[in-house]
Parts: sequence; structure tokens; C-alpha cells
Amino acid sequence: MAAEPVLAVDDLRVTIATRRGPARVVNGVSWAVAPGETLAVVGESGSGKSVSVLSLLGLVPRPPATVTGRATFQGQDLVALPEEALRKVRGPGIAMVFQDPMTSLNPVLTVGRQLTEGMEVHLGLDRRAATERAAELLDLVGIPSPRERLASYPHHLSGGMRQRVMIAVALSCEPAVLIADEATTALDVTIQAQIVELIAELQRELGMAVVWITHDLGVVAGIADRVAVMYAGRIVEEGAVDDLYADPRHPYTRGLLASLPVLGDRARGGEGRHPADLAVIPGLPPDPVHLPPGCPFHPRCPVRADERCATEEPPLRPVPGARGPAPHRVATFYDLPPEDRR
Amino acid sequence: MTALDRAPDGPAEAGQVAAPDEAAGPTGLLRALVRNRLAAAALVVLAAFVVVALVGDRVAPYGPNEVSSADKLRAPSLEHPFGTDQLGRDVLSRVLIGAEPSLRVGLVAVGIALVAGVVLGLVAGYYRGLVDDVVMRCMDVLFAFPAILLAIAVMAIRGRGATNAMIAIGVVYTPIFARVTRASVLTVREQVFVRAARSIGAGDLRIMTRHVLPNVAAPIIVQTSISLAFAILAEAALSFIGLGTQPPEPSWGRMLADGRGFIQDAWWMAVFPGLAIFAVVLSFNVTGDALRDALDPRQRSAIESAAGRG
Repeated sequence: MAAEPVLAVDDLRVTIATRRGPARVVNGVSWAVAPGETLAVVGESGSGKSVSVLSLLGLVPRPPATVTGRATFQGQDLVALPEEALRKVRGPGIAMVFQDPMTSLNPVLTVGRQLTEGMEVHLGLDRRAATERAAELLDLVGIPSPRERLASYPHHLSGGMRQRVMIAVALSCEPAVLIADEATTALDVTIQAQIVELIAELQRELGMAVVWITHDLGVVAGIADRVAVMYAGRIVEEGAVDDLYADPRHPYTRGLLASLPVLGDRARGGEGRHPADLAVIPGLPPDPVHLPPGCPFHPRCPVRADERCATEEPPLRPVPGARGPAPHRVATFYDLPPEDRR
Repeated sequence: MTALDRAPDGPAEAGQVAAPDEAAGPTGLLRALVRNRLAAAALVVLAAFVVVALVGDRVAPYGPNEVSSADKLRAPSLEHPFGTDQLGRDVLSRVLIGAEPSLRVGLVAVGIALVAGVVLGLVAGYYRGLVDDVVMRCMDVLFAFPAILLAIAVMAIRGRGATNAMIAIGVVYTPIFARVTRASVLTVREQVFVRAARSIGAGDLRIMTRHVLPNVAAPIIVQTSISLAFAILAEAALSFIGLGTQPPEPSWGRMLADGRGFIQDAWWMAVFPGLAIFAVVLSFNVTGDALRDALDPRQRSAIESAAGRG
């Protein structure tokens, strides 16, 4: 993490005007990724994780959204960048893979046409050269007989294949940062593993930074360097993946981890977790139009160990004993005792 | 029509990669259309209509204005299969030759409506906001007039004649195209693949023409086919009331109007041009329906595989 970050987000806030009033969807999020590093942004639906990355690329329509804060990428502030300049960043700078490969490919265009799009826009390649490279890209993402597949329509391909195509599209302009927005959520488990492995492999090969947006802590455990847990538009806990998984300090992170099924996880000295033992975090995430005062998690929090929880927003602070330039940090007023793990 | 009923996109999901499907492209579309018997019949009628419009004046047994006072109001016979009118002109020849102005007016009028309507609808639906409001309210104003009344109003300003009939009918049908286009654009612009295209750096023009337009093409093509039917009908109506194609050029609407006065004594004068209008309009409508069923790319491969199995 000593490397200079390629993308640094600082105090990002996104507010969306709704009929019921302004919805504060992202409330002061900061993180950074370095080349070759993988950051996982984890949170449940509505925690603002997708909006926060979409707003970086100007893909959240403004208005109704207003975006403030800074996002430094290659010396430019993405938040302040006009649309024309932002378009040049999309693709060769930052590229995205979306959640649902069934809908993120245009059904009436061939795979080849969609693959060459970015190259035509940014690299100024002619048809032949772009097609040549498109075939190489399909090969790179592990699609058999890539040349024939260029003429296929998306409905000819299975979900996993389509997601591979989407990854090829995202890689077509050799982005410095790849954002995978729930890129495996719509796929079944074995395909999920393949896609996760594929992106990790490509990252090693191409040296890009990867931001994984997911609600599934299990998906990121094996591949992320750092994890940021989001709740109600805030980062409530962040740190190196091992620290965070071994010693979660926020009641929300603990709740999330406890809700995961564990298959005979002997490395942790456990016997696995029975489905009946899976913990549930009661309640629902707060309405972004009516965020509660204080810590946004306190209405659902089983701990509430400090009276300020209900009135004051706990700031993100290093946990005791954390070291390094990017220490394990948590947004609580108190320190939870180490968790009693079976 | 059973083969064309909406089928789930099962076959593509069955294997990792489905076999390359030759159905894609215009030939596959044509094949899908021909498989539907009714549509095939309609296509035959339309093909005949186009051929007649192109060569009608050469195959017609008589000239369109060949008057013969000896042969007034003759009933259909071998000599005059569709009979003759009050001036002794051969009705068959006039029906054949009258196909050309009908087709021309229909094509040009729908062409005007298509281009203007699709551009307006695409821009309105894509950008939303003020542009959308202004464009669509203007379309609503046009739409509020009864079609024929509006066409008559346009012709009152521009004068009678076939050219003005085309413009008038084009103006009348522009709002339909604008609405159909905009409605589809509204759903397509929210699709993830539009966002994905944007995320790779595609600009508005590229997204509109390459991503949105092909996805809204199906309803527009269907609307074109159906509008051709209505445009031909409108041309006939305008000619019927004397505003469209001017005599002595033969026109189906005009012939219908002339035949009306003789319907008691010479039914053939009105019935044959009427049948011609009926056949062409019906065929365009049937084709439009079949096109709608055949145009969905996912459905098309479902049709192909269903045909392969059965």
C-alpha cells in the first residue's frame, strides 16, 4: 500500500433530490486504490456503494443528484470534470463491469460490435484492427473460438460467457482502474468463482487497480487486499482484508460476518456453521431521506455501548494497536472486546 | 401464428454457447415471415402491388383516359374484365395504372413522417426534460386534430395536388412516429447496456444511433407498415373529396368517388378500386403484425429452433 494511489476518493457525498426530499445516499466516503491493488467495497443493498462509484464516472444523472467531494484520478478531480473530459476517462481510465450480464449487453448488436466500441471511441482503431484486438480480448477472458464468437449475439451466450464478454469490453481500452459493480451477483456459484478468479488473473497480468463492489463478504475474502464496509452511505469499518475478517470491530461488520454460512472452516478452528445458526441483523437500513441522528446503525445496533451513539456520528478512527499508513479503522465510540468465535 | 408466439429464451441458455444461428439478418427475417402463411399471402399481394405500380401503364389493356362513348358503363366482360365507367374508360386499366400514385403518395408521405417522427421522438425521449416537453406538446397539438381534417387544413394552405397530399399526410402521421419512438426510447435509455456504453466512453450521438435506435426499430418498422396502409387510405380519401390526385390521372380514391354516383347501375366502377384499396391496406396491416412477431431477435431464434424441431 506504499504505492501512490491511482484513484483517491475524498469525502464523496451524493445527494439525490426526490419528491420526499433530498436523499443522502453517500455521506462522506473516502478510499484509495493503488495500481495492482484490490479494494472491496462491501455493504447491503441501498448502502450507497454502487452510487458512490457510478457518481465518480458521472453516470448518476445530475440533477437530480448532486455530487460533492474530490476524486483524484491521474491528477484530475473527477467530480469537477465536465462531461466531455469525463468521457475520455471512461474506458481507458476507469472501466466498469455491471451486475447483470443479461442486461448490460445490447441485445441487437453482435458481441464484436460491442467490443470494438470503446476502441473506436478512444483508440481510433479502424474496423479491422479493432476486430483483431476484439478477438484477442475474447481469448484473454477465456472464451473458446473467439473469432467465431465475434459474430454472436448476446442471446447466443450463457450468463457466464456474457459476463466474460463484459469484462473484455471493460478491458478493451486497458483501463487503469476496473470497477466491478456486483459483477458476480447474477451468476451461479461456480461461475462466480471463475469470474472472480479471471479478474484476479487479469489484474496480475495487466497491473490495474480493481474496485469490487459487492454485498457478499465471501466473494471478496480471497481476492481483496483491503475492505471497506459501507452502511447508509458511510464507511463504518475499513482495513486490510485479514485484519478485518480476523478481528471485525464494528457491530455491523460482525453482524454481516455472522450472517455468512461457513463450510467446515477449520482454519478458524470451527466446525462450520449450521444454517440454523446464521445470525440475522434485525431491522432495515435507514431511509436515506430520513437518516437517524447519530450513528446510522444505532437503531439496529445490538451494542449501543455509548450514549453518543444516538446523537453524534462516530468518526472513523484507527483501532488500538493498528499501524501503517492505512490502518484498520472503525467508526465506533467504543472498542468491542475480541469476538468470541466458535 | 403459433410458431410466432412469444417463447422463453430457453434454447440459448441450454448450452454454454449455442450454435451460430444463420437466422440473423434480413434473409432470416424474410424466412420467418414466409413461415407465417397469412403474412406470406400478404407479401405476395404487396409484391404484386409494387410490380403493378411499376409496370401498370405498360400492361394495362387500354389507356387510362381512352374514352369510348360506345362502351359506357359496360358490365365486366372478357373485353373489359372490370367493366367500363361512365365515359367508357376501362376500369381494369385505371385500377392498374392507379396503383402507382397510391404507392408513391404512400411511400413519400410515410417517409416524411418516419424521418421527422423518429428524429423528434429519439431526441425527445433520450434527452427528456425541456426538449421532451416542447417536442411532445407540439406533437400532441398535431395529434389532437382528426387526421383527415388536419390533412385538409394543410392542403387548404398549400393547395390541392398529389405532392401536397404527400406533405399533408406526412405531417399528419409524424406525431404517431414521434410517440412510438419516444415511448420505446424511454424504456431503452434506462437499460443497463446504455449505461454500460456510456461507461466505456460512448457519446450521446453514438448511443442514440447505435444502441438506442436499433432497439426501438421493431415498433417503428411495424408502425411504418401500418402507416403505409393508412397513408394509402388517406390518399384515397383526399382524392375522394377531390383534394389529392387530380383528374384525369387515375387514382383509386378518385375512382371510388366517381363510381359512387353510379353504384346502383354500375357497381363495378366503385367495387374494383375499392377492392384494390382493401387488399393493399389489409396486406400492409397483416405484414405489420407479422413483422412485429418476427422482429425480436430472441424470438427469431426461438422460431428457428422451433422450426428445426418440428
